[in-house]
Amino acid sequence: MNEISITHILFVSTALFFIGMYGLFTRRNMITMLMAIEIILNSVNINFVAFNKYLYPGKLDGIFFTIFIITIAAAEAAMAIAIIINLYRSHHSIDVEDAEELKY
Amino acid sequence: MNASVIIFYILSAFILGAALLAVTTRKIFRSAIFLLFSLIGTAALFFWMGVEFIAAVQIIIYVGGIVVLIIFSIFLTQKSGEEMPKPIRSRSLFSALALLFGFAFIYHLIYKYQFSQPGPHLFEVKVSDIGTQMLSTTEHGFVLPFEVVSILLLASMIGCIVIAMKIKPAEENER
Repeated sequence: MNEISITHILFVSTALFFIGMYGLFTRRNMITMLMAIEIILNSVNINFVAFNKYLYPGKLDGIFFTIFIITIAAAEAAMAIAIIINLYRSHHSIDVEDAEELKY
Repeated sequence: MNASVIIFYILSAFILGAALLAVTTRKIFRSAIFLLFSLIGTAALFFWMGVEFIAAVQIIIYVGGIVVLIIFSIFLTQKSGEEMPKPIRSRSLFSALALLFGFAFIYHLIYKYQFSQPGPHLFEVKVSDIGTQMLSTTEHGFVLPFEVVSILLLASMIGCIVIAMKIKPAEENER
């Protein structure tokens, strides 16, 4: 079980984080940007559990942080989708380039 | 090279491939489905690491809640069969270059860092331990963040209702 060193798991989570960042940079649709944010939060979860397992196996702190991050991600997704639906109602588009009244 | 190692590499390839497709495919519904696969792969990785409770929470909340919510909002706001416009070539090229550089830099730091050896403890996560420590008010208890998160959930629920509520035109005139 312990033949995989922690750097391999950190490779996966780092790669997942940067894939999410790529999605956040290139996508202009709000729902796909929200998906990219979910991928980023997931990579952070993997990190917390891996550090808890490999460096401090006697404690549970990483588990608690993961639980709180999952909770906050759920709240954030619900909030974001309420905003997106409201924006669609007023602008008939959820492209971020179309919603720029607050820009200037 | 035993079975656990092979399972780890298969799982990580699955997670990364699904995530990469989720951020690059041009049909938004497919993107949501690939996100779903990526989240399920992460839950399987949690099972592999021996934290069954977190894996179950991940499946219930992410796969059962967030992805379903995202798919609903796709159906409410998009024509899901249509392809999204292509991202601007220079933007995707330069962001890919910048992120490749960032990934190489951070992974280099991780690779060079000497992680301390873990103590003699065995890593086992019992749900009863999680529950006890979550609600304990002693030194290592997590009751304060628990309460703060409860307030946050309540506030975000009320906020969602208020934001998404439709104002009738008559009421709008009165304002």
